Amino acid sequence: MPRINPQEVREIAILARLRLGDAEILRLTHELDGILGYIETVQALDTGAVEPMTHAVPFDCPMRADELGQSLTVEQALANAPRRRESSFEVPRIVPGTGVA
Amino acid sequence: MASHVRGLPLVAQAEGVAAGQWKSRDLVEAYLDRIARLDKRIGAFLLVDVEGARRKADIIDKRIAAGESLGPLAGVPVGLKDIFVTKGIETTAGSKILKGFVPPYESTATARLEAAGAVSLGKLNLDEFAMGSSNENSAYHPVRNPWDLERVPGGSSGGSAAAVAASLCAGTLGTDTGGSIRQPASLCGVVGVKPTYGRVSRYGVIAFASSLDHPGPFGRTVEDAAALLEVIAGHDPMDSTSIPQPAGRYRQASRAGLSGMRLGVPKEYFQAGMDAEVEAAVRAALDELGRLGARLVPVSLPHTKYAIATYYLICTAEASSNLARYDGVRYGHRTAEASSLEELYGKTRGEGFGAESKRRIVLGTYVLRAGYYEAYYGKALRVRRLIADDFVAAFQQCDALVTPTSPTPAFKLGERASDPLQMYLADIYTVAPPLAGVPALSQCCGFTKSGLPIGLQTIGPALGEEAVFRVAGAYEAATDWHRRLPEDPA
Repeated sequence: MPRINPQEVREIAILARLRLGDAEILRLTHELDGILGYIETVQALDTGAVEPMTHAVPFDCPMRADELGQSLTVEQALANAPRRRESSFEVPRIVPGTGVA
Repeated sequence: MASHVRGLPLVAQAEGVAAGQWKSRDLVEAYLDRIARLDKRIGAFLLVDVEGARRKADIIDKRIAAGESLGPLAGVPVGLKDIFVTKGIETTAGSKILKGFVPPYESTATARLEAAGAVSLGKLNLDEFAMGSSNENSAYHPVRNPWDLERVPGGSSGGSAAAVAASLCAGTLGTDTGGSIRQPASLCGVVGVKPTYGRVSRYGVIAFASSLDHPGPFGRTVEDAAALLEVIAGHDPMDSTSIPQPAGRYRQASRAGLSGMRLGVPKEYFQAGMDAEVEAAVRAALDELGRLGARLVPVSLPHTKYAIATYYLICTAEASSNLARYDGVRYGHRTAEASSLEELYGKTRGEGFGAESKRRIVLGTYVLRAGYYEAYYGKALRVRRLIADDFVAAFQQCDALVTPTSPTPAFKLGERASDPLQMYLADIYTVAPPLAGVPALSQCCGFTKSGLPIGLQTIGPALGEEAVFRVAGAYEAATDWHRRLPEDPA
């Protein structure tokens, strides 16, 4: 029995904000099924008493001094924007039917 | 001059410039000439900054002529994997989704190189977002192995390895998440170093898997790589995971010899599936290390067989999160037509990412999904600790480990491209050190009958880069594999 089906891949792609074509969904389903089958090998290990390891080297997350540092100017921050309006990034209307587009 | 940069070590170039023997501008011109003639065939560069390199070299030359004392890499031409953001210079991470992105800031590692006097020749090709083992996932063009143009250079830092092998620059920077410095170093016959996690700042390195990403250097020789690492290593307040310690004296360590060292040989790294010529070359290297005064100790890393599954669970989870930032709003590609924000995101990302990035985003989203998190990602974090504990236990019996870097020499373009799982399984010897965060280096230890380089990997304990450089430096001093150069392509 396959570990993942095309409908699940479609749902995950929506969660990941990734528009995929039907051919891509089918190919990914097949590939992910193989990869997940291999990844299952870790399930054989008993890890009940093992603490999760989130970082390779133990460290105290340091707090920096709360001082004003350098930051980008508005022009620098907007320089790479695909679309801008005045001092803002421009995106399609978010709330339908309100205000000006 | 132009003919002399082929195979000329970085350290020798730095000494020549400092002594007034050579001008930085002459070195830059020699490499620009090689790039213009040869890189059409190799494809190592994504961007060559001709004018910037000339301008910076001339400034270095003027300051040297004025008697100023400059940094340890003054005037040396280098190349940068296109995952380091460079202020005012396009940075793409090998992805269409970042085409045209001109960063407003500079990564710490590249800023330190420049402060040490190095001159960047440009940005080097890579697998998209550093995801891949062959450089075939670049959205722009593949890189070809200078030893055989029909074969891959390895990945993801394929451009960085090929550029050093083909003498297109004196040294380069790359990043290693599951082997992306060491495996291409092995396949291209150069030296590549993945330092301890946190030794080199990740500030300004475009993120793939943040708990696993390690910037590091490539050099023609062990000392070249050591000289680059001495400059880029050390604490950086801009990276909260940066180790608060200064860089070590890696060049000195590379000349210290290995007499009295105990070198562990993990039995799990010498099992079925390894190419016979790779095994023979690595075993011969172990014998050589024994003759040089090391004591070889059999050790075991019992969780090795879980490393690839653990690595791909963690790296895809982190990648799906890190790649969420590419939304077509603030920089990079944006789809032409979208009537809602959801459509803008979905179409932009569907158009902008390549197949491997999509595969990893979907797999990472899947393993982090509510209901699956504990069974996959949570499990992987626990197995990661077992893998790291294996190294801690092994280093109670030895000072460093010696293993192959890659189970095979360079493979042909297209040979593994249709089977992602087979591509992942070839990372068997390189994925565990980043999971444990320990330093590791690959260097050339021989060639196949058909003339392809074979890599030897030395792994040290956390913060033990000096032990790694002692082993690698002593091996290199006793052998001459590193002196072989690929023929320039016609």
